[in-house]
Amino acid sequence: MRKVILVFVSLLMVLPFAFAGGQGETGDGQMADVDYTDNPYTDGADLSGMTVNILGAFVDEDANRFNASMVPFEQATGIDVVYEGSGDFETLITVRAEGGSPPDVAAFPQPGLAADLVQGGYVYDMGEWLGMDYLGEKYNQTWLDLADLGGIQAGVWYRASVKSLVWYNMGVFQDEGYEIPETWAEMLALSDQMVADGYTPWSIGIESSGATGWVATDWIEDVMLRIHPPEVYDRWVTNDLKFNSPEFKEALAYMAQIWFNEDYVLGGREGIVLTPFGDAITPLIIDPPAAILHRQASFIPSFMPDGGDEIGEVVDFFYLPPIDESLGRPVLGAGDLLGAMQDRPEVRAMMRYLSSGLSTKAWLEAGGFVSPHADTPLDWYPTETDRKIAEILQDATTFRFDASDLMPGAVGAGSFWTGMTDLVNDPDADLNDVLDGIDNSWP
Amino acid sequence: MSDTEEGALGKRPVQIGLSLLAAFALIVIFAVSFNFMRNDEAPKFVIAVVALVVGVGGIWALFLTLDNLVSQLPTRARDRLRPYIFVTPAFLILLIYIIYPTVRTTWVSFFDYSRGSGDPTNFGLQNYIAIFRDPRLLIAIRNNIMWIVFVPLVSVSVGLVIAVLVDRVKWEKFAKSLIFLPMAISFVGAAVIWRFIYYRALYGQQIGLLNAIVVGLGGDAVGWLRLEPWNNFFLIIIMIWLQTGFAMVILSSAVKGVPSSLLEAARIDGAGEFRVFFQIIIPFVSSTILTVTTTIVILVLKIFDIVFVMTSGQFNTDVIANMMYNQMFRAGQYGRGAALAVVLFIAVIPVMIRNIRNMNEA
Repeated sequence: MRKVILVFVSLLMVLPFAFAGGQGETGDGQMADVDYTDNPYTDGADLSGMTVNILGAFVDEDANRFNASMVPFEQATGIDVVYEGSGDFETLITVRAEGGSPPDVAAFPQPGLAADLVQGGYVYDMGEWLGMDYLGEKYNQTWLDLADLGGIQAGVWYRASVKSLVWYNMGVFQDEGYEIPETWAEMLALSDQMVADGYTPWSIGIESSGATGWVATDWIEDVMLRIHPPEVYDRWVTNDLKFNSPEFKEALAYMAQIWFNEDYVLGGREGIVLTPFGDAITPLIIDPPAAILHRQASFIPSFMPDGGDEIGEVVDFFYLPPIDESLGRPVLGAGDLLGAMQDRPEVRAMMRYLSSGLSTKAWLEAGGFVSPHADTPLDWYPTETDRKIAEILQDATTFRFDASDLMPGAVGAGSFWTGMTDLVNDPDADLNDVLDGIDNSWP
Repeated sequence: MSDTEEGALGKRPVQIGLSLLAAFALIVIFAVSFNFMRNDEAPKFVIAVVALVVGVGGIWALFLTLDNLVSQLPTRARDRLRPYIFVTPAFLILLIYIIYPTVRTTWVSFFDYSRGSGDPTNFGLQNYIAIFRDPRLLIAIRNNIMWIVFVPLVSVSVGLVIAVLVDRVKWEKFAKSLIFLPMAISFVGAAVIWRFIYYRALYGQQIGLLNAIVVGLGGDAVGWLRLEPWNNFFLIIIMIWLQTGFAMVILSSAVKGVPSSLLEAARIDGAGEFRVFFQIIIPFVSSTILTVTTTIVILVLKIFDIVFVMTSGQFNTDVIANMMYNQMFRAGQYGRGAALAVVLFIAVIPVMIRNIRNMNEA
């Protein structure tokens, strides 16, 4: 028995090394006689052998693609880029910043979080590092305005996602001769037609563990942009316009036309609140489909069973149609902001690279990626679908960022999500109570 | 006494010198290895080895060196100092990892303090007022009470009954291992398993166990996790499933300690099995029951993982620890999170005291 315990204990002690060993080998074998000074990033300095650490929320396949996108930089400069991805990024980045060991670069999925850290003085100003003229060449003004947090350019935009998309099952559209709706009213008429033809039109899922409800906030934001001028949206983002206001309630009413119509939505309210958002696309893809329409951002292909190969074969998408056509074609979007948290020459070189379209090329060519960089040519996009999404972004008459990402965490990552979930879950919920609750939670 | 000390007098300066030297060397080793471990450049493998060697070996070396130093002192001082020498490292660790955070959390809970806001400002009760105004907290407190009542009650009574019954069957070991098995599963793992049990498919076949049974019997599929107020019980059952084994194992050994002569005497006097159970076994193991119960109560007061994975507190299943997590890490409201932590802390204290007293009596 003692022997067994001894073996077991020594195994336990050896185990960490087995894992630690795997992470140990980072540096590639480098050629001695490569010129690392001739590149647009390092100002003529040879920084080879240095390391830049990036912490972000890209994991699994996304992390591989991000790593692949860093290769041109590594080859040009000899700087080693070490990316660490975590599903728990929000917690980790705060703990590391406040604990005094921030990564060199952080990839923020939400600017609200970045804004908090800017306020704490943890993020460097890209306007100062790279110059506004240079940034103006790399991004259009909308993106620069969005990166302006707490008076500084808090980072460079890396990945854009377009949220105003409706995915649909192509087979059913073809068989039944359905047309892509051009207005909200047409979309409702189409949904009625589908019900009459024996289909369930919509698949909606808002479950996302601690973040449950964000899908609902995306919907309501899209509706807000379609019934009110963008100025109203901007006032709402800063709580100048309350949640408990006629404007917001009007948007809720539009949303309810689809969400709370039990014939329209697969599983009704229960289906909405219990379905994980990543699973909500699946009903469109199975054969025969269990639902025909699904509104979700451009990142959803990575949640499809075949990782997006279904696009153009089984599913396709259209632009979520306008409600008030005088407001043009507004687009709701989001993006990943890469902020620098350490100041070293190799980090500066890294940021210069990340602000160029080239830094997204490898990921872009893998598909399902939209680059916010102005110097990214459209013909880099591998498929018609990717190009179409990029064009929707370019054709937008109004582009607005996901409001919940811009609101303070207590609201945008808290009461707004839970409030929307309460409204969906409980048909008897008191609307005024819920909306007042969100307004009161504003810090 | 004086004889031995005088005899050793000649050696003493050398010994003292050696002890001091060893202590100094230890400090240098600690400092150097700590610096080394902070250095990102070294391979992780080497860092892990150093951490293990210095961490485990260092504790031994620390105790030996300190003991050696104390040994050089006169006997009286030595005897008085020695216990403190051995207690101090443990106390320091306690101070750094438990007492300091407790004080700091309490302190923070009285200030406006959020992610990126810099230092805490504006002393006052605002956080407590805000959390108690939140109707969600009242629901969370209600749910916590449900957890505290039902988990210990069911798992301890079921555990005791099984412990007594299984005592008499041939395949006792097998039965006990079967019931004990869930203990080996982490809370998160258990929650993931039970998500499949409660799963409700929107189309096609019901692959969730419960709904497959319901549909098989001709009923309609149910969204169990959304079925208020029963959804709380559906979560509580998971914890009972996990904890019954623990209660059973501890109670089983206590039940085996009931003297067989006592049981025999009762039976000869004509006591039935129920009477033996309620009037002999239960009183005999009552202190164990109390310990097991308080241990489970403390565990349940801190319940977080199961709720976080299953519902994240949606559908009125929230508990205080989950609210605290959401305030701290999702919303970045440190002050409010700390206030919730303090509320939880105060709720645990009485049970904690009872448990420690109980342990001291035993």
